[in-house]
Amino acid sequence: MSRHAWLLAMLLVACAARAEGYGLGHAVDAARLRAADTAIGPRGVELPPGSGSVAAGAELYGRQCAACHGAHGTEGPDPVLVGGQGTLASAHPVQTIGSYWPYATTLFDYIRRAMPFTAPGSLNDDEVYALTAFLLAANGVVPQDTVLDAARLATLRMPNRDGFIPDSRPRH
Amino acid sequence: MHSRQRRRFLSVGSGLAAGLLGISTGAKAAPLARSPGLPVSAYGQRARYETSQRWLTPARYLASTASWSPLADQLGIITPSALHYERHHGGVPDIEPGAFSLLVHGLVQRPLEFTLEDLKRFPVTERICMLECSGNSYREWQGPGGVDVQQTHGLTSCSAWSGVRLADVLAECGVMAEAQWLVAEGGDAARLTRSVPLAKALDDTLLVYGQNGEALRPEQGYPLRLLVPGYEGSISVKWLSRLKLSDEAIYSREETSKYTDLMPDGRAQAFTLAMDAKSVITSPSPGRGPLLPGFQEIRGLAWSGRGRVTRVEVSTDGGQHWQDAQLHGPVLPVCHTRFSLPWRFDGQPCVLASRCTDETGDVQPSRAALVAARGVNSFYHYNAIQHWRVDADGSVHNV
Repeated sequence: MSRHAWLLAMLLVACAARAEGYGLGHAVDAARLRAADTAIGPRGVELPPGSGSVAAGAELYGRQCAACHGAHGTEGPDPVLVGGQGTLASAHPVQTIGSYWPYATTLFDYIRRAMPFTAPGSLNDDEVYALTAFLLAANGVVPQDTVLDAARLATLRMPNRDGFIPDSRPRH
Repeated sequence: MHSRQRRRFLSVGSGLAAGLLGISTGAKAAPLARSPGLPVSAYGQRARYETSQRWLTPARYLASTASWSPLADQLGIITPSALHYERHHGGVPDIEPGAFSLLVHGLVQRPLEFTLEDLKRFPVTERICMLECSGNSYREWQGPGGVDVQQTHGLTSCSAWSGVRLADVLAECGVMAEAQWLVAEGGDAARLTRSVPLAKALDDTLLVYGQNGEALRPEQGYPLRLLVPGYEGSISVKWLSRLKLSDEAIYSREETSKYTDLMPDGRAQAFTLAMDAKSVITSPSPGRGPLLPGFQEIRGLAWSGRGRVTRVEVSTDGGQHWQDAQLHGPVLPVCHTRFSLPWRFDGQPCVLASRCTDETGDVQPSRAALVAARGVNSFYHYNAIQHWRVDADGSVHNV
């Protein structure tokens, strides 16, 4: 079989497989797929270009976050972000980014998708990197002189990375 | 007072029906209409005397809190759509159905986008199914917390859903062999994102556009939500906008920082998705006015995310002795199930409780057993037996 005939045969097989379905839905172009692929998994492969420093993040935090999370991320009233390491097995656990979250990628993902609460999506990627850097530094995960980017963020190991186990609820 | 009224009422030999009931309301005969009433209407309303409503958890931002179903007022197993519990993380978006689309991509042979009309062309499927927030009853971990059944158990509701099988839609896209997870993203301001194990997504997960005979309510995900039967409510992502097939979970904030269950040893259980067997007595229950002596039907709701309810037992002595309650059909898997037991309140203090068993053999645990296994800081997935104390004056309390 010639190469062209082989390709034609493959195409017919593909069309036949498609015809077995309902033929519903619309093809999506590559640009649309790239733009939509914003959720950041723990390997960090979806992280965008850009970078941000702890210092820039500290300034942004004061303007964008402190009103809800407290001047130092420890005061609330909304979820406490900083501290709490060593408390998880105590009677009064303090679950923060530093004490509880298993992946640093989740922090970037969540700030970019949902924060600040009243204007989600208003921060650019450099600002999200900067805030992520500041909150990780405040929790002692990275040094104060850190400039965070995709490569660095993807390799960070969070203090409570091994603190999670699968569903082991007792049955019966 | 009550019995004196009744004796006086009976002594004057009043109406047979009232006599059988043994109570006097003191009311005159209800006036029957003598003039035409309201005209036909385009969209109905409940009677103006009915005031049952959801209870809103106080919060600084009401767009990121919960409202609780009034379980003690509910009749049957279907929660009225307007009273279905809510848990939003970024408020209720206003999505115009003509502008809606669902993107399916990732580990698929053909990334596809579907309009709402496209999705409605797939074979329809109907399912009655309960949802329960895994934070339901969270106050009870620290001891009796909610003042009534609405505040202890109201983060569950049950609806008749209309939609399509997710497996049919995914088949159009051709799921690749490496795919293990389905990452679902909402179109709300929080872009709430959860990872669904692919096996569950292909088994009985639905994309639903209908609830109780009409389009989804905005607060239930209009125009389209995921419905993952038996799993914690937040994974049934509302205002669904995107599904990505992946070889790993996304480990979103809502499956790491939240919706994970901290244990006494400091470790946490993740992806605790199935909702356990649970039940509660809705009548008698606190805040319904003092219990009258004499016949009382003990009534309640039972459910399990793991299948059908097969048995509900009721205790009137705080769990020392149990009797089987009657289950009222339909008894459907992953649905609210009604139970009742005839009883007489003799004016003696007592403690009422119910205990559910599901078709997997799971039995609703005592609070002591649950706390022994999981401590008091899990926050999520509290399903212990609920006790209501009835005092001599007929008042009912969470204990």
